[in-house]
Amino acid sequence: MTDSDIRHNENAESNGLDATDRKILNHIQLNFPITSRPYQTIANALDMTEDDVVRRVKRLRETGIIRRIGGNFGPDKVGYHSTLCAASVPPEKVAHFTSVVNAYTGVTHNYLREHHFNVWFTFIAPSVQTIRDNLARISSDTGISPILNLPSTRVFKISANFKL
Amino acid sequence: MLTPIEKKVIAALQGDIPVTEQPFLELARKLSISEDEFLNIVNDLNERGIIRRFGATIKHQKSGFKANAMVAWKVDESEVESVGRVMATFQEITHCYRRNPAPGWEYNMYTMVHAANEAECYEAVNRISKAVNQDNYTLLFSKKELKKTSMKYFED
Repeated sequence: MTDSDIRHNENAESNGLDATDRKILNHIQLNFPITSRPYQTIANALDMTEDDVVRRVKRLRETGIIRRIGGNFGPDKVGYHSTLCAASVPPEKVAHFTSVVNAYTGVTHNYLREHHFNVWFTFIAPSVQTIRDNLARISSDTGISPILNLPSTRVFKISANFKL
Repeated sequence: MLTPIEKKVIAALQGDIPVTEQPFLELARKLSISEDEFLNIVNDLNERGIIRRFGATIKHQKSGFKANAMVAWKVDESEVESVGRVMATFQEITHCYRRNPAPGWEYNMYTMVHAANEAECYEAVNRISKAVNQDNYTLLFSKKELKKTSMKYFED
């Protein structure tokens, strides 16, 4: 993560966040403390009280600005395998194909795209063979074949927008 | 390799942790270990890079980046490394990978490009194409999000 990866967006004002909310959000996206009293640690860093931080984070969580607080794991680091898959699905079959594919918990992202290959999804599983078996089953359940299986061999960049 | 208790801690952290004064104490109790032990394991997983990022995930649907295109490139294998490094420097690119090609699909590099609208996506891809001196590519704009969730590991 370098400064060049961080991009500003116009989220903040439109969501009615004040400067303190933004300060907390910028802090806890990347530096959520792994301590016994994390909100006290945040309060110390931002010159606030623990009560105030907890109250604001609860509100941001309830209003949906914060989707979740937790760990994010790279599949390869926990011994799982991941791949990108693509299929060419006729428009009238997209709904059924999507319901079959999305039922797999290992399918975490799925997008309809403007292309001959129009359905693109990611598949994460404990083994390469599990992914192959599941893709074969999806083909036989939906009649859609081939499903391209495009595992990555080299990652040059993964980044996200963190700055509010 | 991950130990059984590390896998349980990972499973406990991949959801939404409670917003309370001592969230890790609650999680530790569910695993019948002490808060100290839980925190030590989390810090260790963090230092080993097994946790990519620990923190809040923010809803970004109102961000200024409304268009996103996946760009698939066909790059000579001997140039993949240098091209990937240059592509990674573009702030419009959030993800950049080399992937194996497949029968009937010759592309071997992938970039996610984010911009305010489709025209700006095209403009950015044009600039990137010139910078890396590669012109065999195809743009795939996203029309609809069909699923977006985070993976649940070690839950069975």
